[in-house]
Amino acid sequence: MSSLSDPAPRLPGQQYFASIARWSPGEIIFWAALLAVFFVPDANLPLYGQIVIWGLFAMSLDLLLGYRGIPSMGHAAFFGIGAYTAGYLGKFGWTEPISGLVLAALVAGLVGWLTGRVIQRVSGIALLMVTLGLNLILYDIVHRQSELTGGDDGLQGVVIAPVLGLFRFDIFGRTAYLYALAVTFVLFLVARALVKSPFGLALLGARENPRRMITLGTPIERDVSTVFAIASAMAGAAGALLTQTTQFVSPATLSFQRSADVLVILIIGGTGRLYGGFIGAIVFLLLRDWLAALSPVYWYFWIGFLLVIVVAFFRRGIVPSVETLAQRLRRR
Amino acid sequence: MTDAASDQSVLETRDLRMAFGGLVVFENLNFSLRRGERHAIIGPNGAGKTTFVSLVTGLLRPTGGDVMFNGRVITHSSPQQRVKAGIARTFQINSLFKALNPLASLVIALAEREGRGGISLRSVARQAGLIEEASALLAKFGLADDALVTTEKLPYGKQRLLEVALALALRPQLLLLDEPAAGLSTEQGHELFRQLAILTGDTTVLFIEHDMNLVFRYADRVSVFAAGALVVQDTPERVRNHPRVREVYLGV
Amino acid sequence: MTSVLTVLFNGVAYGMLLFIMSVGLSVTMGMMNFVNLAQASFSMLGGYTMVAVTQKFGIPFLASLPIAFVVVGIASLVLERLVFRHFYGTDDLTQVLLTIGLIFMSIAIVTYFWGSTYQQVSVPAWLTGQQEVLGFTLERYRMFLVVVGGALAFVLVFGLERTRFGAIVRACVDNNRVARACGLNTQLVFALTFAIGGGLAGLAGALSANLLGIDPNFPLRYLVYLLIVVSVGGMGTISGTLIAGLVLGVGDVACKYYVPQIGGFVIYAITVAVMLWRPHGLLGRRA
Repeated sequence: MSSLSDPAPRLPGQQYFASIARWSPGEIIFWAALLAVFFVPDANLPLYGQIVIWGLFAMSLDLLLGYRGIPSMGHAAFFGIGAYTAGYLGKFGWTEPISGLVLAALVAGLVGWLTGRVIQRVSGIALLMVTLGLNLILYDIVHRQSELTGGDDGLQGVVIAPVLGLFRFDIFGRTAYLYALAVTFVLFLVARALVKSPFGLALLGARENPRRMITLGTPIERDVSTVFAIASAMAGAAGALLTQTTQFVSPATLSFQRSADVLVILIIGGTGRLYGGFIGAIVFLLLRDWLAALSPVYWYFWIGFLLVIVVAFFRRGIVPSVETLAQRLRRR
Repeated sequence: MTDAASDQSVLETRDLRMAFGGLVVFENLNFSLRRGERHAIIGPNGAGKTTFVSLVTGLLRPTGGDVMFNGRVITHSSPQQRVKAGIARTFQINSLFKALNPLASLVIALAEREGRGGISLRSVARQAGLIEEASALLAKFGLADDALVTTEKLPYGKQRLLEVALALALRPQLLLLDEPAAGLSTEQGHELFRQLAILTGDTTVLFIEHDMNLVFRYADRVSVFAAGALVVQDTPERVRNHPRVREVYLGV
Repeated sequence: MTSVLTVLFNGVAYGMLLFIMSVGLSVTMGMMNFVNLAQASFSMLGGYTMVAVTQKFGIPFLASLPIAFVVVGIASLVLERLVFRHFYGTDDLTQVLLTIGLIFMSIAIVTYFWGSTYQQVSVPAWLTGQQEVLGFTLERYRMFLVVVGGALAFVLVFGLERTRFGAIVRACVDNNRVARACGLNTQLVFALTFAIGGGLAGLAGALSANLLGIDPNFPLRYLVYLLIVVSVGGMGTISGTLIAGLVLGVGDVACKYYVPQIGGFVIYAITVAVMLWRPHGLLGRRA
């Protein structure tokens, strides 16, 4: 007989999934630190705002690559679609940022959903080439149609109203940072809930063994479109954040360089953990900020070297490697 | 075939034909499986046994003829539709989620069966029903202690059990087992079949097997495939003594 | 006024360059399943070798070509033995990332030694200017490229089809495990194939310096073209690479000349279409 105050003992299985769903201290510290940085005097908020936006962008790629195993060499396409959508909205009178961001994300998500349908049966090198090719096509169109897009000079006349009507985007990047952080945190919560749900498990299953998922009756093709749509929408939101906080958008937002950079960032930080994108963004952007100031040559060399080292020795990236190390230390 | 007999057949093929380019694997294959029976398919390598299973589950489409399940034509149904209709299979070589643990693997199967595998924000932890059923199923297969061990770290025998557990998790009407005892020792093979006999209840089971002892012990009826044709379909006893079977296996 | 045939001819010349640059990548991808994007850096290295050798040591242009071949061939062999062979068998993405990292490093190294501007390239007088051929005015250097490219294509195809080494290479591309089981020293074959492929990339770089210019950004500019040629043509096939190279070369030049407002769009669209229709490339084999 169990008394009213004793909860029924939980199965080990229940405990396992509960421990996965629970917020670890590390996670709480991470987000608290990101918030605390705002209050540090003379903090380089414009740079930190960039880190947050890149982190969101890389996290969106993580859903595709880390969780579903779909490598994309053209993810910047969706970042750019979101960026330009927010830009056009701001240019033609729709200056309210939050609704503009939502709309930009929806547009990017729709294009992502269509892309997911196109690449359903493709894998391997062909998949890399198709995603790359689509990205390059989009870049070429945007770059070339300078009357419509402003070409290399970027879209002119983008106006963004204050957030919630109260907080103007100031030159110190204060509003920008908090706005980006708030949006990123909300989207992170969504991504986190998604990957901890049975759908998240289904993504992992399809990554591990698509044939087995088929024989369990899973509509893996529909799931690919779904995760593509979500990942693209989040990338679009990141792009919109960039446009809104800088009131500017240029073709660089959907260049191959950007697609390669976000891939490098995610790999360095580690796939399949959601935080890998953020850690990678911190390492990448701080390193670039420091080294590029010395000389662009140093930047290229050391980021190339870092990439080679990570791929060779820490293939899973920083976050999983640190996790494994922490586990080993705990066992001693 | 009379209507009464058709009612009893859970699986039927009619003039099934399968050709890969110029290579004809089957021609006019007419096969029927009675509801609730334990049916073994035997035959030399290359006779088309695994191809047959793939045609039934929909991973392959036939070049001609029909596959019928519970009287309905499923020849053009997708593999997923057939699973939802009640067909499950295991593979000759384990087809598992190597990086996941058995508990998570079964949760995937159960969530899909319950229609809860689609997009959702509700964590697995809050879906106690799935976790309970998964844990119970693992216990039935003796895998309770290994529930949280990464699948690729499990010994082969346990992986094989998990392979079957995944299929049974779907509560299928028809279970297709492709050489379930492959890679297991004789003892392990018998143990597996013993458990299967208990766990499959009144599910119809069709299994491919090479070990004749297992076949004769567990099968109600046996089909002999050779060179893409159904040579004999009868009880184990009669098949064992059938002159054509000797011919097929020994070339005598 | 430049006629259609001249545009075609220029496209063929460009296509030959792309072919020589990409053939090493195609063969190593087909043979060891290794995506070596650093081939683009090998080409750059060949270009810089040619510049250094002709300007610092006064060696004539024609002689600098085999030197570039040998130098880059040795460099790629060393890289293969030290780095690449540890990554055979890893997934495509890992190899892509590894070789991109190497590209970044190579760009930095080259900038450090030579600076970031385009290099001065000079070719002998008999290769400059134009020549009347059969009523058409063609550039001499481009004719040279077509001749060299054609000769190389012939040698490669002949070498692959008729020589013993070629047969061994084909066996290793076709089925590595069986080749090893038959007693072929696949490690040696891999190393040699890598060296030759790298050397050819270096040669392509040396040849292209005059036409395309050589600067530290060379690898990133041409990486995309390399990928397109190899994936559209099919991995592991020399003729596939040749056809894809020519199609891409002609297509690119023709589009830039006739419809400059569309430009690279057509090439990328063709690539996407081919990859969706035939994921293994036009002449690639289903593995």
